Amino acid sequence: MEQVMSSINLSAIAPELILVVCSLLILLIQSFAPIRLKGWYGYVSLIGVVGAVAVVLTQPQSFELRAIEYSFNGMWVVDNYCRFFKLIFLLGTGLTILISIKYLDNEAMQHGEYYALIIFATLGMMIMSSGAELITIFLGVELMSISLYVLAGYTRNRMISNEAALKYFLLGSFATCFLLYGIALIYGSTGTTSIPAIAKFIAGAGFGGPTIVMGMALLVIGFGFKTASVPFHMWAPDVYEGAPAPVTAFMSAGPKAAAFAAFARIFMEALPSLQTNWTMLIWVMAVLTMSVGNVIALVQENIKRMLAYSSIAHAGYVLVAFLSAGERGISSILYYMLAYTCMNIGAFAVITVLAGKGEQRVRIADFRGLGYRHPIAALAMTLFLFSLAGIPPTGGFMGKFYIFSAAIKEGFVGLAIIGVINSVVSVYYYLRVTVAMYMQAPDTAAEKEIPVTVFSPALVIAIFISAYGVLSLGLFPSTYLAMVKLSFLTLL
Amino acid sequence: MMNALNLPILSLITYLPLVGIVAICLINNSRQDLIRWVAFGTSVVTFLVSLPLYFMFDCGTWEMQFVEDVPWISQFAVRYHMGIDGISLLLVLLTTFLSALAILSTWTAVTERVKGYMASLLFLETGMIGVFCALDFVLFYVFWEVMLIPMYFIIGIWGGPRRIYAAVKFFIYTMSGSVLMLVAILVLYFMNFEATGTYTFDILDYYNLGLPGNIQMWLFLAFFVAFAIKVPMFPFHTWLPDAHVEAPTAGSVILAGVLLKMGIYGFLRFCLPIFPQATIDFMPIVLALSVVGIIYGAMVSIAQDDIKKLVAYSSVSHLGYCMLGMFALNVDGLKGSLIQMINHGLSTGALFMIVGMLYERRHTRLISEYGGIMKVMPMFAALFLLVALSSMGVPGLNGFVGELLILIGAFKASLAFGMVATIGLILGAIYLLWMYRRVMYGQITKAENQNLKDMTGREYAYLLPIVLFIVWIGVYPKPFLKTMDASVDHLLETVNPRTSARMDGAKPTWLNDVVARVDFQQLAKGQGR
Repeated sequence: MEQVMSSINLSAIAPELILVVCSLLILLIQSFAPIRLKGWYGYVSLIGVVGAVAVVLTQPQSFELRAIEYSFNGMWVVDNYCRFFKLIFLLGTGLTILISIKYLDNEAMQHGEYYALIIFATLGMMIMSSGAELITIFLGVELMSISLYVLAGYTRNRMISNEAALKYFLLGSFATCFLLYGIALIYGSTGTTSIPAIAKFIAGAGFGGPTIVMGMALLVIGFGFKTASVPFHMWAPDVYEGAPAPVTAFMSAGPKAAAFAAFARIFMEALPSLQTNWTMLIWVMAVLTMSVGNVIALVQENIKRMLAYSSIAHAGYVLVAFLSAGERGISSILYYMLAYTCMNIGAFAVITVLAGKGEQRVRIADFRGLGYRHPIAALAMTLFLFSLAGIPPTGGFMGKFYIFSAAIKEGFVGLAIIGVINSVVSVYYYLRVTVAMYMQAPDTAAEKEIPVTVFSPALVIAIFISAYGVLSLGLFPSTYLAMVKLSFLTLL
Repeated sequence: MMNALNLPILSLITYLPLVGIVAICLINNSRQDLIRWVAFGTSVVTFLVSLPLYFMFDCGTWEMQFVEDVPWISQFAVRYHMGIDGISLLLVLLTTFLSALAILSTWTAVTERVKGYMASLLFLETGMIGVFCALDFVLFYVFWEVMLIPMYFIIGIWGGPRRIYAAVKFFIYTMSGSVLMLVAILVLYFMNFEATGTYTFDILDYYNLGLPGNIQMWLFLAFFVAFAIKVPMFPFHTWLPDAHVEAPTAGSVILAGVLLKMGIYGFLRFCLPIFPQATIDFMPIVLALSVVGIIYGAMVSIAQDDIKKLVAYSSVSHLGYCMLGMFALNVDGLKGSLIQMINHGLSTGALFMIVGMLYERRHTRLISEYGGIMKVMPMFAALFLLVALSSMGVPGLNGFVGELLILIGAFKASLAFGMVATIGLILGAIYLLWMYRRVMYGQITKAENQNLKDMTGREYAYLLPIVLFIVWIGVYPKPFLKTMDASVDHLLETVNPRTSARMDGAKPTWLNDVVARVDFQQLAKGQGR
């Protein structure tokens, strides 16, 4: 394994630097440029995102299988694993920005801060996925979370949005404490925060002792909160419902992927020798997360809330993959998060179209007749919902197929059966939306009062990219799988 | 083996309907007739392209023909492997045949959202053909699930008053069966890897794998649930009446004609050859459930006052025969089961079309609303009678051929089951003839029925081709039976070398049936543990 140790290596953090420059630039433009330019903030941030993608793709050592590059004295790592995750984050960010431009126009809230915060949150995620030691990861978590707290309350004149931000902030900071405490305990028992060093220490000592197990449990709580896994999921429905729709789309994809990226890196690289300790714990969490998420989603009337519970359930599927920690397990996490980002953000893009000013239409009943008023949007929504339900030929199906095959390979057949039964349960609530869109008569009175958001080219592009992603991930998965296979290797 | 023209016929007929969908999407919504014609044209072309399959089919071999095999997802060793043998050939042809007629039958019945309706029917056709041709587990599963989507919309959008309930029930019921099958497929996949060291999803690689008995049992059960729901076997049949009654006519025709066959096909393609031991172990249970289905379906049919529901329950009974014949595990039973699938597709499809004709005229399906229809619609009465007779298995028509073979097979396997199943024939005559009498004979009691028009040209156009095959198979079934000989023999060879050889030679009388039964039990004990 080739390992380059160097103290300062700007090329290793080039994508992150681009994002920093981009967000600072937006803030500066906002302060000094004339107000009529405010429509351009979104596009400036998009340029930053595209630039970051380009750099991630061309970072050195990218085509070698086991290339790991440590820099900043072992604080920072660039490998295919984090590069794949960074592409997922940037995809999510790009799609979110495309959705947001029109949304913010509608709400008359086109401010530069919004985009700057989104990019700061993305930066946090990228730091989380590249952090080679616990403090770096923690910094990433904080940067991401604080940006998200602000974003959740961005539509500040709506009570529900304020409530979401406050709840998210209070519960989120509480959970962060657990994370920090866990890091402290691990540091206390191993004397280091560097992931490879921790692994070496535990391997050398045989067993780390009770404090390290305690620390591991606290980390599970912290990451459980960030990934909205049961029983640490309570914040998710309220926050998802209250936050502006594009922010909900953003929160449900990237940050979740980032939390799993860091979670998996710490547990697979630093604590693999404790696997027996965490297997049972995660097993229970996975079952609870899938089941609670899916069952509660069945009775939701608000579509954002329903998708919040659905996103909890999806975290459960990823936990199944997490548990089957092996080649297949890790690669299926990567594949699933990519598919999930496409389908979930796509679904939220359609919701944004429909919701109208002030998000007045977010009940499932409001989707009635959409299939005939906006056939293309409804068709796209149907595609995303079937993908979320895991029905072929979509990316959601391939993702689940991958995850459950990983679980069965590692001998978790029972877990796989619970998982597939859960996905049958989930079909019911996803179908409810298609039932409303195609099979129920629209409520014509409400129709006239709130005009539907006019399609903007950016929104159409976002929906198109998501739909393309969902279909190509389902029909021609080979290309993506090849990338995924390159990515997991560095971990183990 | 590639065909003479070197054309990938199977892929061609699978995806031709998709081309039709693209064409339909480009047509303006208001030009409904053009949409109908394009859809019908596409399905007719598909049927015509599928015809060479029959003429170029080599009846002398059990091996897959018209094979296409290219890598699809190389990382998982998933291949795009298509091919047909004697088991799937007739089913593919039935699919293309019925799809075209179903589209024709729905011309005036559906006048709203025609574009979506026609697109759904064509999409459904793609899924159905794909299921019968796929020879890779993942490919099969993809087609199997994809097919649910258009059917769900067909029932849910264009169905009757309780359509949403029926559509969701159909979807969830079927899917809960198939996800367990997915788990079983994956378990097989990894078990095969452990045994042979190579990853493969190719169905044919799993034949004769020699899995241990207890594992065979669990995997068999997982597949069994998926297919039994689809068939549907008693007691997994409750989604069927709902789906049938609510679906529009074309939906019912396809549902009864083709979709239900997928369950049986699944048993033939997967359960029997992959889990031969479990098949023999479960044989008595499956036979018992089939016989219960036959009697139960027939008795519930008798009690119906809705014609469509009556036909729907009769499907439960008829598919019980197919299951019975198949699990008799001998040549006669299996062939009967195969030909009965085709027969049921034709007869029941035609019955649903006939119900649709009545419904289009009177907008009710209650038997009590009719009576004396023969007086106003004489041609209709004649064809209706013919189809009803074929459905109850009167000699000279197709139903007889299938049921006779199945019963011969059943008697060979077990005297008791054979005798009970024969009672089903009598019950079949009761519900069909009684319904026919109440609807067609007697005096016209309702004033609305006085001025019903007899069949139109279009109605002849889609009913007569079916009637043609009903008579053809009834009088001269050889062209149809000969295609399946080699495959059926080979299948039995795979499942149980001893029985097939013995049963083929001397035709056992009813007396040595007892011996045959004892043999089976010993066999089960000997190889089971």
